[in-house]
Amino acid sequence: MDGLQQHLLSLIIFLPTAGAGIIILLKESQRAIVRQVALGTSLVTFGLSLLLFTGFSANDHFQYIEKVEWIANYGISYHVGIDGISLLLVLLTTFITPVAILSSKVAINDRVKGFMVSLLVMETGMLGVFAALDMFLFYVFWEAMLIPMYLLIGIWGGERRLYAAIKFVLFTMFGSLLMLVAILVLYSLSKVQLGHYTTNYLELTSLTLSASMQTWLFLAFALSFAIKVPLFPFHTWLPDAHVEAPTAGSVILAGVLLKMGGYGFLRYCIPLFPQATAQFTPWIVGLAVIGIIYGGMVALVQTDIKKLVAYSSVSHLGYVVLGIFALSLQSVSGSIIQMVNHGLSTGALFLLVGMLYERTHTRQIADYGGLAEVMPHYSVVFIIVTLASIGLPGLNGFVGEFLIIVGSYGTQPTAAILAALGVILSAVYLLWMVHRVFYGPPGAILQASRDEAAPKLADLSRREWAVMVPILALIFVLGVYPKPFLSRIEPAVRRLVVTYQTAHGPVVPAAELVDEQLIMIEKEMN
Amino acid sequence: MSDTLYLITLFPLVGFLVNGLLGRWISERQSGLIASLAVLGSLLVSAQLLLGLLARPAEDRLFVQLLFAWIPVGDLNIDVMYRFDPLTAVMTLVITGVGLLIHIYSLGYMRGDPGIRRYYAFLNLFTFMMLNLVLADNLVLLFMGWEGVGLCSYLLIGFWFADEAKARAGLKAFIVNRIGDAGFIIAMVLLFHQFGTLSMSEMAGKAEGALVGPNFFTIVTLLLLVGAIGKSAQIPLFVWLPDAMAGPTPVSALIHAATMVTAGVYLIVRNSLLFSLAPTTMATVAAIGVLTAFLAATIAMTQTDIKKVLAYSTISQLGYMFMAVGVGAFSAGIFHLMTHAFFKALLFLGAGSVIHGLDGEQELGKMGGLKHRMPGTHWTMLIGVLAISGIPGLSGFFSKDEILWGAFIWHDGVNWIWLLGIMTAGLTAFYMFRLYFLVFHGPARWPGDTQPHESPSVMTIPLTLLAYLAILGGYVGIPEALGGINRFHHFLAPVVISYHTAIAAAPNTRPLELLLMAVSTVVSLGGVYYAYRIYRVQPALAEQLARRLRPLYGLSRNRYYVDEFYQAVVVRPFQKLSGLCWNWFDVRAIDGLVNASARSIARLSGVVRQLQSGLIQHYASLILLGVIFIMLYITMG
Repeated sequence: MDGLQQHLLSLIIFLPTAGAGIIILLKESQRAIVRQVALGTSLVTFGLSLLLFTGFSANDHFQYIEKVEWIANYGISYHVGIDGISLLLVLLTTFITPVAILSSKVAINDRVKGFMVSLLVMETGMLGVFAALDMFLFYVFWEAMLIPMYLLIGIWGGERRLYAAIKFVLFTMFGSLLMLVAILVLYSLSKVQLGHYTTNYLELTSLTLSASMQTWLFLAFALSFAIKVPLFPFHTWLPDAHVEAPTAGSVILAGVLLKMGGYGFLRYCIPLFPQATAQFTPWIVGLAVIGIIYGGMVALVQTDIKKLVAYSSVSHLGYVVLGIFALSLQSVSGSIIQMVNHGLSTGALFLLVGMLYERTHTRQIADYGGLAEVMPHYSVVFIIVTLASIGLPGLNGFVGEFLIIVGSYGTQPTAAILAALGVILSAVYLLWMVHRVFYGPPGAILQASRDEAAPKLADLSRREWAVMVPILALIFVLGVYPKPFLSRIEPAVRRLVVTYQTAHGPVVPAAELVDEQLIMIEKEMN
Repeated sequence: MSDTLYLITLFPLVGFLVNGLLGRWISERQSGLIASLAVLGSLLVSAQLLLGLLARPAEDRLFVQLLFAWIPVGDLNIDVMYRFDPLTAVMTLVITGVGLLIHIYSLGYMRGDPGIRRYYAFLNLFTFMMLNLVLADNLVLLFMGWEGVGLCSYLLIGFWFADEAKARAGLKAFIVNRIGDAGFIIAMVLLFHQFGTLSMSEMAGKAEGALVGPNFFTIVTLLLLVGAIGKSAQIPLFVWLPDAMAGPTPVSALIHAATMVTAGVYLIVRNSLLFSLAPTTMATVAAIGVLTAFLAATIAMTQTDIKKVLAYSTISQLGYMFMAVGVGAFSAGIFHLMTHAFFKALLFLGAGSVIHGLDGEQELGKMGGLKHRMPGTHWTMLIGVLAISGIPGLSGFFSKDEILWGAFIWHDGVNWIWLLGIMTAGLTAFYMFRLYFLVFHGPARWPGDTQPHESPSVMTIPLTLLAYLAILGGYVGIPEALGGINRFHHFLAPVVISYHTAIAAAPNTRPLELLLMAVSTVVSLGGVYYAYRIYRVQPALAEQLARRLRPLYGLSRNRYYVDEFYQAVVVRPFQKLSGLCWNWFDVRAIDGLVNASARSIARLSGVVRQLQSGLIQHYASLILLGVIFIMLYITMG
């Protein structure tokens, strides 16, 4: 048992790859077994990650640490561990992967083996990114994840899959190359300042960097993360990638991949380069707010459901970035919860759109109408997920959004207020879509399906329920009782905020300034 | 006693879950019974708690129950905590009392509708959310109820969603409300940063004498007001409520007349301390209220759809409540909220009964002469009409006069708010009696094959009970001037701020108060008289007047073109701008740039491809390029 506890994290990270190894040994014709192995592996991984959650103690240390020399001559080691910031993202990853695997049963019938191997390898990559405490290791995982995603879009994607896949790689590579440069610079500095070469994250955070060095390194990292999030105006790869990716790809993309940007800001940009963070915060916050409003406005005019959901991601992740760079306890906690929320609700929306597409082979909003009459259960689930995405209190989206807005006001008052106005938009574009798809008289698709010959539009199948029920349950749990999650996040966030403030000087909230001035005046008058 | 508070919301929650999840296994009848019993349960617990409150001394009337910590992060602690004080008591009793009658009425009205389980599930969910709204101690929990009732309103307006127009009305309601909610959210943010808490009881303790910027209270209350305006359909966000009449009529009665739309008034009264510290906001509330009251009344005069008349009437009456709280007569606002809940629910349910009897007809032009065909509906509705018109002896008279008195003493005498208020009273009596005469008197104008019939007793019994409430509901607040002791006012006194204590307590106001009552009664009777002249005695007069006052009539008939204005000035330009953003920026600017660079890379990789082939190699070569770049950087830097 002790052995399990000691190596739990590594076990979780590499179990999916082991599953992929087994699948490679199977024949392409053994599809059912391939699917079962994939699902089984990912479910066991999820089960193990629950042990991480329950065993996690709410303090600000890294836990489940494992460290093994890897390339000793270069000071590179296999070094993993998680804190409150990565814990939830690890859980999100292990949760979303089986969901994605289960969702691809109908849609993917071509090269199932390759598909499952890609998904499982990607899971290892994603988990590695969230758990790595060595920057070289981090970079390896970061890049390792890119290839399966490229394959998912490029092979199993829609009509314009090649364009979308290349666009995806182009954007991401551009960013990660610069990041590699920055990592190598840090690496060379470690020799100068610490006396030995190392890529150990914990050691590298103790480097002292000149202001100009911070600026350049920050930009190199931040660009990579900004593209991943994606922050306006680096977002245009996302709608294409989403539209062309198969459902499982979209779910992973929205559910986990985008979160790596947010995670990267939290783990690397802010602790390593606090001065530069302070310097660029106004710009990044500005772009985040533009993203919130702009993403919402562009979502409004989309005619393809999937594209609409993709643009809604741009808007929602604008909140995440705002919360991160507002750097208050509440705003950063809110951002982490919001990353999980977005993974759940946007992931669920992509799943639902996928289910619909499997039945009708169109994603054009104009083709629909009156769906609620024919597919009542599907409609109820869709509307609940939409409401979660809108941020209705009692469902998960509200908790994150509210914490971000409240927490950001202290340091970024204007941005917080603009973000609050953004809540109007999300209701407009999402509910208007719901209106056109589900309500009103039957649209073209429904009329066609009334033909005797045409297949009937079936409501949710058992498998589809099995995919949706866990997500719905989490949507309610996170909305009503987020405390167990928040309490695990808080210590790590507190450490981050304190580190930032001591390195850069406390951020004085505008409101408190007014107070202090008032007290001064008051004193003078007496 | 405190530990039963959670039961108030638990019953409707269970009712919602049973109807929502197990609907398939229960019959239509069971569905309605379960939902009604759930509300009955809440009513009984609330009544017991009210008795518990009354048994205590006035300053000690409060029950509190902490259920669990909802959103705790650092110094932000949002608890699910309920408080039951006199204000909550009034609200919960109105919600569960009127709500129960409407649940029962629906047994008849919605009979045979295939969506009946969904209907009752939503109705119970609404009750749950509304009760949370009034029980919440924390503004954020209140906001959950606030959004929750908005959701139910959206779902129930669009209950018959296959009808595009009805679904669209629901959407409009949600979005217009969302504009107000943004104000609400910003207000919460400001309040938290000022007081470090969002618990309303804790804030109240810190507000007075707090060291704040000069305009803090004004700004924060104006933002709350934006929220209240959206929910309570005041100028300029009232446009959603008339459309909301697309929902089933019992829903209009419960949500869009008696309870949800009054949440804005409740919000202001619940935070009366904050508002009383912001005189500018108070004046704004009063002005918005009276203008809404007047404007909506002028629109109600010319509408021909029975539910639209009642919708504008609701907007107008909500305006009265805003006017009341704006001039500082907080308890009068809540008093009117309660009496209005009785008589307006009665009027809507009566209208529903008429519509039911005429097989779905809503046009006043196709009614008439129903007095003898539907005697029960006729008598109960007449009581409702008398009550809303402010005829002495009925509930509306007492609450309306308390408001007008509050407006009068607001500026120590005749002022424009009071004047507009009293004119509105006349208009109200006019349009309500217009409706009454057009429905129940004169020649029958329904098509020959319709056989109007009285509704079943499951519908008329709630009407009768509401009629009693519409008469007697005012007697809890008989003013001192009429020899009463205004028990209602004193009951609420510990919870709301008294804004005008000095003038109200002056001993020599009695003759003046009586005089004003006489004036408003005369004005109301005047309204009744003109309605009688025009719609009963000389039916041709209506046409003539409309023609002679064409411009005014047109404005009123077309609701001052407010909807058209918003379409032209807000909705369409915004859509256009969004389209431009996408086409110009995303598609052309950014992607144009990216595609151009992609083409040049493709050309470049065409060269590279001669050396290597395949993706991984391509990828590796890029990494190599990066490494070279670094080497250069390190050696040169």
